[in-house]
Amino acid sequence: MSVQDLEKIFQDKIDADIRIEPKDWMPDAYRKTLIRQMSQHAHSEIVGMLPEANWITRAPTLRRKATLIAKVQDEAGHGLYLYAATETLGAGREELLEQLHTGKAKYSSIFNYPTLTWADMGAIGWLVDGAAIMNQVPLCRASYGPYARAMVRICKEESFHQRQGFEILLTLSKGSAGQRRMCQDAIDRWWWPSVMMFGPNDDASPHTAQSMQWKIKRFSNDELRQRFVDICAEQVKILGMTIPDPDLKWNEQRQHYDFGAIDWDEFWNVVKGNGPCNKERLAARVRAHEEGAWVREAATAHAEKRELKKDRA
Amino acid sequence: MAENQWPLWEVFIRSKQGLDHKHAGSLHAADAQMAIENARDVYTRRMEGVSIWVVESKYVHASSPDDATSFYEPANDKVYRHPTFYDLPDELKHM
Repeated sequence: MSVQDLEKIFQDKIDADIRIEPKDWMPDAYRKTLIRQMSQHAHSEIVGMLPEANWITRAPTLRRKATLIAKVQDEAGHGLYLYAATETLGAGREELLEQLHTGKAKYSSIFNYPTLTWADMGAIGWLVDGAAIMNQVPLCRASYGPYARAMVRICKEESFHQRQGFEILLTLSKGSAGQRRMCQDAIDRWWWPSVMMFGPNDDASPHTAQSMQWKIKRFSNDELRQRFVDICAEQVKILGMTIPDPDLKWNEQRQHYDFGAIDWDEFWNVVKGNGPCNKERLAARVRAHEEGAWVREAATAHAEKRELKKDRA
Repeated sequence: MAENQWPLWEVFIRSKQGLDHKHAGSLHAADAQMAIENARDVYTRRMEGVSIWVVESKYVHASSPDDATSFYEPANDKVYRHPTFYDLPDELKHM
């Protein structure tokens, strides 16, 4: 069969909402794009553990501490689901980690911002996880089977992350003047980076059309961003806080909120590695990997020893 | 030995007694015991399982998607294997 025929069969399957599975024929570009997209997502989950782990030892109550540990553990799990799904495309785990550690692969820029106060744990749960969920729910219907299945699992677990975040902010919003200030300050700092999580505007997002045709992206960046803004603009009222955007205004005609211009210079600056924490995050990740080497070696040695014992018995 | 030499394992989970083990995903581990423990941490953090099977991925043999059409062809023209194939009067009860 010619490549054109194979490509036609492949696209027909996708158009008919039939999932592509690991051993099915797929165009190289589809495979490559998926490896990049899925591994970037996996890296984001793993690097995303760092800003929150920063507050585990300083959580204000045992309940909050247990929750935060569970959340960070979930992120590790999400990273693993996605790495495993990426490996079904023929990419090796070691190779993927290597790309992260050398800076060749990207992860979500949001994790290059610092977590300065406890309220940041709330703002991350509400806004960052909220934006992530907005991006991820449509991917539960992605055309690549292992990816879609991983996303279903992730989305189920992600909901608690967002709710616990909002609960943190809600508690602070009912607290002392200082706690309310802390709450507003966290929202002020996390709002714009969260809005940027949806990526460049549609007219500056050249791969969107192809990704949509392949159904590995189901809504455009701006569509999802608008949905996010509309939802948050209402939710923030429950907190009695404000969103730091003077142009945020309900547009009766559009039936959507209008919002202010995004600082794309800041966005690209962080993507290029010049955000407040890029170097720190990468260094922490590389250090964790290197300092964990003895554990991996010990586990291998232990497995070998056990195998030997079994042979002797 | 480096991490990339840890083999890949397929994980199957029984969500409750009486149901089948179902494929949940895969992971790397040095041996079967570690694979089971990792599977517990990765795939059953919310009581999703009561039993775990792990199988080293290299031992899984699969049918080829390229041959799917001809491979499953023998069943294709045998509608008489389904109960609805048989034409029976409506008066006939309990069948």
